[in-house]
Amino acid sequence: MSDNSSLRTPSQRIAWTATIVVSTLVFIFLIAPILAIMPLSFSSSAYLTYPLPGFSLRWYDDFITSPRWMNSLKNSMIIGVASTLLSMVLGTMAALGLAQWKSRFKPLVLAFVLSPVVVPGVITAVGLYFFFAPIGLTGSYLGLILAHTALATPFVVITVGATLQSFDTNLARAAASLGASPLEAFRRVILPLILPGLASGALFAFATSFDEVVIVLFMAGPEQRTLPREMFSGIRENISPTITAAAVILTTISVILLATLEALRRRNERLKGSGG
Amino acid sequence: MTTTSLPGANAQAEVPLKRRLRRAERTRQVKALALVLPLLLFLLFTFAGPIAGMLWRAVEDWEVRQVLPQTTAALASWDGKDLPDEKAYAALASDILAARAAGTVPIAAKRLNYALNGFRTILTSTARNLKAVPEPGTAKETLGKINPAWRERATWTTIKDASGPITGFYLLAALDLTRNADGAIVAAPPDQAIYRDIFLRTFLISLGVTALCLILGFPVAYLLATLPPGRSNLLMIFVLLPFWTSLLVRTCAWIVLLQSKGVVNDSLHWLGIIDAPLRLIYNRFGVCVAMTHVLLPFMILPLYSSMKAISPAYMRAAASLGAPPLTAFLRIYLPQTLPGIGAGSLLVFILALGYYITPALVGGAADQMISYFIALYTTETANWGLASALGAVLLLATVLLALVYGKLVQGQQVTGGMKN
Repeated sequence: MSDNSSLRTPSQRIAWTATIVVSTLVFIFLIAPILAIMPLSFSSSAYLTYPLPGFSLRWYDDFITSPRWMNSLKNSMIIGVASTLLSMVLGTMAALGLAQWKSRFKPLVLAFVLSPVVVPGVITAVGLYFFFAPIGLTGSYLGLILAHTALATPFVVITVGATLQSFDTNLARAAASLGASPLEAFRRVILPLILPGLASGALFAFATSFDEVVIVLFMAGPEQRTLPREMFSGIRENISPTITAAAVILTTISVILLATLEALRRRNERLKGSGG
Repeated sequence: MTTTSLPGANAQAEVPLKRRLRRAERTRQVKALALVLPLLLFLLFTFAGPIAGMLWRAVEDWEVRQVLPQTTAALASWDGKDLPDEKAYAALASDILAARAAGTVPIAAKRLNYALNGFRTILTSTARNLKAVPEPGTAKETLGKINPAWRERATWTTIKDASGPITGFYLLAALDLTRNADGAIVAAPPDQAIYRDIFLRTFLISLGVTALCLILGFPVAYLLATLPPGRSNLLMIFVLLPFWTSLLVRTCAWIVLLQSKGVVNDSLHWLGIIDAPLRLIYNRFGVCVAMTHVLLPFMILPLYSSMKAISPAYMRAAASLGAPPLTAFLRIYLPQTLPGIGAGSLLVFILALGYYITPALVGGAADQMISYFIALYTTETANWGLASALGAVLLLATVLLALVYGKLVQGQQVTGGMKN
């Protein structure tokens, strides 16, 4: 409050206080559910209620020893990593191309490339279900990887594209004038400079696949069930505390992703200088 | 060479240079396009193709055509005024016998039953009781004896309407419309007219969630945009952490909090505010709370970036010109946040329209949104035409809103809502 030196009148101070009070309540609303679920995973009771009767790691033990949960974690990793790699290749190429391409159709192409983010998950899932079933891609890892790649690539195009916008193309020209082949110029000049953008694109892509459940619901066979899919059926059937353990594991992964992203952003800002 | 020829030589050298430049530029453009092409082809296969396929399913009509080919052909010239002629009856009898042998009667029965309730019984009972090909000239009488429905014009118009190859039937049904025996578009019978209510419900829930997000998100975005960067970055974690936390985790958390023996009910009971637990989940309240929680960051982030761009000098200028704080806020600050409000609200509304997981897990039967019915008709009842038609309507609404959104954020940074 004291940092807002322009507050002079009482009514301004009241408005500012109100903003702080309301914002605090909203922050509590945003964070409390995520915090509330965590201690329950360490409860010795099978009931998801407070106060906790005692501390226990039995639900984590349950998670680790359950073939069902471990298989779903493995599937999430396989599908997440594979679709991240694929979307990085496709998305980075497209972002590089779009940065150079001059055409009046460019906004149209960009809109098309970004559209998987906007189209409701159910529509994409139903379309894929009809389209992939006759060619044997439902109930397969490949089908899910392709579908998740389609959803994740827009984020790669956005993040890498944003990095390329601040990229000085003269550097590529300088490399060329010094005798570098286009591939060498890319590898030794462009790539190191856009690497933070690529890394955040990869994190976005992985997070997109790791959290996706609607397409998995339609397309995965029993073999390909991912962690969110397993949580979905767990929540539907009965909420055992094992789900809260899974939730804590998922949240931990999100926090790691978020922290990495934040570190990348800070590094980027430092490189750009304080003005950036 | 003489000096007089120099200007001419210069002009000759200039043309190839220009051409070379143009050619180099063209090569560059082709290379650029070649880099984008793999993604375009990939999305054609994994996104655009499947959606086009779904749209096609919303209008294709193959079942009756395939199972009753002779009937379809015989009815092609029927004007639909009286009962069809003996030829159509004979064709139907022969089609039914062939379909019974091939086991395809249920395919046509299912499709016809969508259009006329009870048609399944008409067709299966006829298939069961038709012993042999009727004697020439007696098909009409034979079929009419097996099932009197064959003496009704509506039975036949239903077959004719369903004989493809394309149909507006599912799209009309998705809007609670149908064609009557005369081919006019009329309201569907009340027991089938549920989709307008579902669309309205989807729309109202999305609107409510958008309003809640705006009310809750505005002060937060204002606070984050006004505080010095060090502090606002720290507080930003409160927005970004939920944003990055799995949707399933957050939905699960709300179930834990809101269930009848959950944290909220227990606390209220302990405080003596309530005697019996309140019903906070598996109803509209639970859906709105959980969806608002999920979508709030999508409102705060665009609002934040639009507010961040507003120079505090404007407010100071307004104050120095004698505007009271409220007037300055309403007339100077608020109008400048309108693009952010518009972008955030549209984004939240678009995302809310297509929501499936959260209402499916925390909603009751009366809170399911359109996505739920699309999923239901696809996987449970296999009414793919209707699922696709409902999907087409939802897609149309989304695309229209996305176009408005695109116009709105044009010029603003594309990543406005995406951080980084």
